[in-house]
Amino acid sequence: MQIPYNEELRPDTGLYNAKLGIWIFLASEIMLFGGLFSAYIMLRVGAPVWPPLGTAQLNIPMATFNTVVLITSSVTMVMAWASLKMNNFGKFKMYMGLTLLFSAMFLVVKYFEYSAKLSHGFTPAHDTFLAIYYTMTGLHVIHIIGGMIVNGYLWMPGSKMWESNPVRFTNRIEVAGLYWHFVDLVWIFLFPSLYLL
Amino acid sequence: MSSQDHHEESFISKYIFSQDHKWIGIQYGITSLLFLLFGFALMMVMRWQLAYPDTVIPLVGWMFEDGMLSPDMYNSFGAMHGTIMIFLGVVPMVVGAFGNYLVPLQIGAPDMAFPKLNMASYWAYFIGGVVMFASFFMEGGAAASGWTMYPPLSVIAENGETVWLVGMIFLITSSLLGSMNIIVTIVQLRAEGLTWGRLPFFVWAQFVTSFLLVLAFPPLEAAGILQLMDRLVGTSFFLPSGLVVGGEVLNVSGGGSPLLWQHLFWFLAHPEVYVLVLPAMGVVAEIIANNTRKPLWGYNSLVFAVVWLGFMSFIVWAHHMFLTGMGQGMSVFFQTTTMIISIPSVIILSALFITLWGGKIRFNTPMLFALAFLPMFGIGGLTGLPLGLAPTDIHLHDTYYVIGHFHYVVAPGTIFAIFAGIYFWFPKITGKKLNEGLGKIHFFFSLIFINGVFMPMFIQGLAGVSRRLADGGVSYAHAAGVLQWNEFMSMSAWLLGLAQIPFIINFFMTIFKKVDGVADPNPWQSTTMEWTNTTSPPLGHGNFETAPVVHRGPYEYSIEGASEDFIPQTQK
Repeated sequence: MQIPYNEELRPDTGLYNAKLGIWIFLASEIMLFGGLFSAYIMLRVGAPVWPPLGTAQLNIPMATFNTVVLITSSVTMVMAWASLKMNNFGKFKMYMGLTLLFSAMFLVVKYFEYSAKLSHGFTPAHDTFLAIYYTMTGLHVIHIIGGMIVNGYLWMPGSKMWESNPVRFTNRIEVAGLYWHFVDLVWIFLFPSLYLL
Repeated sequence: MSSQDHHEESFISKYIFSQDHKWIGIQYGITSLLFLLFGFALMMVMRWQLAYPDTVIPLVGWMFEDGMLSPDMYNSFGAMHGTIMIFLGVVPMVVGAFGNYLVPLQIGAPDMAFPKLNMASYWAYFIGGVVMFASFFMEGGAAASGWTMYPPLSVIAENGETVWLVGMIFLITSSLLGSMNIIVTIVQLRAEGLTWGRLPFFVWAQFVTSFLLVLAFPPLEAAGILQLMDRLVGTSFFLPSGLVVGGEVLNVSGGGSPLLWQHLFWFLAHPEVYVLVLPAMGVVAEIIANNTRKPLWGYNSLVFAVVWLGFMSFIVWAHHMFLTGMGQGMSVFFQTTTMIISIPSVIILSALFITLWGGKIRFNTPMLFALAFLPMFGIGGLTGLPLGLAPTDIHLHDTYYVIGHFHYVVAPGTIFAIFAGIYFWFPKITGKKLNEGLGKIHFFFSLIFINGVFMPMFIQGLAGVSRRLADGGVSYAHAAGVLQWNEFMSMSAWLLGLAQIPFIINFFMTIFKKVDGVADPNPWQSTTMEWTNTTSPPLGHGNFETAPVVHRGPYEYSIEGASEDFIPQTQK
């Protein structure tokens, strides 16, 4: 039994199945982070002063650096997909490796940020600002790790599919890329709302 | 492309970790029927406590301390009754079972778009169910803060609440995977010629329902994460400053808002109501068209109404919160949208009623359940209007009137539609119709007793009896005049339980019945593809021998000049 439109595009929608699937999934992700952003707004509007007195100062230079790292990883992700489109598997390997490297770099910076806060007693229970900060960035970090697992699979063991079914493998990279850009985009919203405003 | 290429499948890959949408649908169906029974059993025990407060429970009393249902246990049973019925019973039944089994067949697809995800969604649901069920046996018992889990009570509650939240995360994941799958399947895998205007109404209902699940569940997931943080990490998302528990100020940072939970919760839970109802309307529409031998009246209006309903359901949530002090402006907005959303519901119900006009109605069991759905859902809907208007809601909020209202929508509404669907599609799965005599006994007694359970709730509610009282209102003077109804309702509930026995007998009797010869693939003389293009049941993995091509709309019954009183969708 063969499910139609796994590789070829359905003529009237112009999509293959997984591409529509990932867009629907991202819609639900937007609602997930949307729920958290509205929680953030409601807590902030309800607070007498924001950020609460005595709370931690977030490290803006580190976060700015991380923003650049994450945007770069999105660029290399697109390059990985484009390399496959141009039939250059070697370049795909390189760009996908770079994407993973940049994602790891993001996590390392985040680790230093978290540990600096926690070592000074600024835990999530300290106040609502830190609570929402840890929750939102923590969920974002979980998304990064999830993306890294998928990308790592597609980089190493999963890339065998390039030989057996190159069209479908290229589609997989495109779908993983769409997810990765979304994770990037969430950070683009998190950075100003938590660090700058 | 042959779709019937059989290769040997092991028992496990065929029946346990199956990737065939039909078998997954059956798995969903069986599991959710068991949970519906379990949720109902909880209620039958609670009804003893309401009818005869603080007396020993017969039959099952040995399971409880002193043989009685303590107030704490009552709370726990109440919370879990709601959770189980909604998240483990009705939603998996209408979306998981009916959606999975029927959507690919009705659109002429070989399977769902993502069979592996489909399997994952069933097993996520199963784990969620096991987690919820196991919480009864934990120290401190299951969650007890009502199915709505309002903080701050839920945040300071026993461990059962944490388990509830973990269970919910599994159930939400399951719903997300399942509904994504249904959307992609409907958009991408429709058979050739099956345009949007030719989709059976059931498929439309599933399509809108899936969007509701995809977009409404994540905010509850977000809220669940926040509540888990509150409980496990000690944050104060839902805890205001200076909260006093047991005479002492709670040692948390404060600054949170209990209302935040209510907003996030009802942002899911109102669309959830339509998740419960829309697929039921779809089932009823299919059965009514088939058994009146007439096209559905106003197909286009029905489709527009269902899409409109889906959209509006996202902007009515705060009508559950009129009494929270969120402000008059908010109340005015949400009562206006609530009045608007009643219009498409009325359009759908009216169109179904008008379809009956002049039809040659066949009064078989599925049709009886479908017909009963209409007035029962009508009662549920109309009694909702006073709750949707802020001034009347002030009196009725949190009374038994509310319980009566939404049970009319979901119990004799959706659950009757579920039974209609089971009686209707049973021959598709097994090749055998359920026994009509037992079916009619099941139907008539269910109809009588279910009204006996819920109708008096309106009387008690109008008299001001609060819900969630472990003694049924004995300790309140204003309830004294209507307390005699408690016994009546409880009797009705137990008799309703007895009325399900013919169904259970019928179910197993029919499955094990030996029938000679090949089963009729289209016993109801229906037009849609699940009946007309398949071989005799059981269907193979892949559904169709050849990919079907659609030439006409879904409800071409009694067309003049045709040789029979129905023309299949795939006939030229």
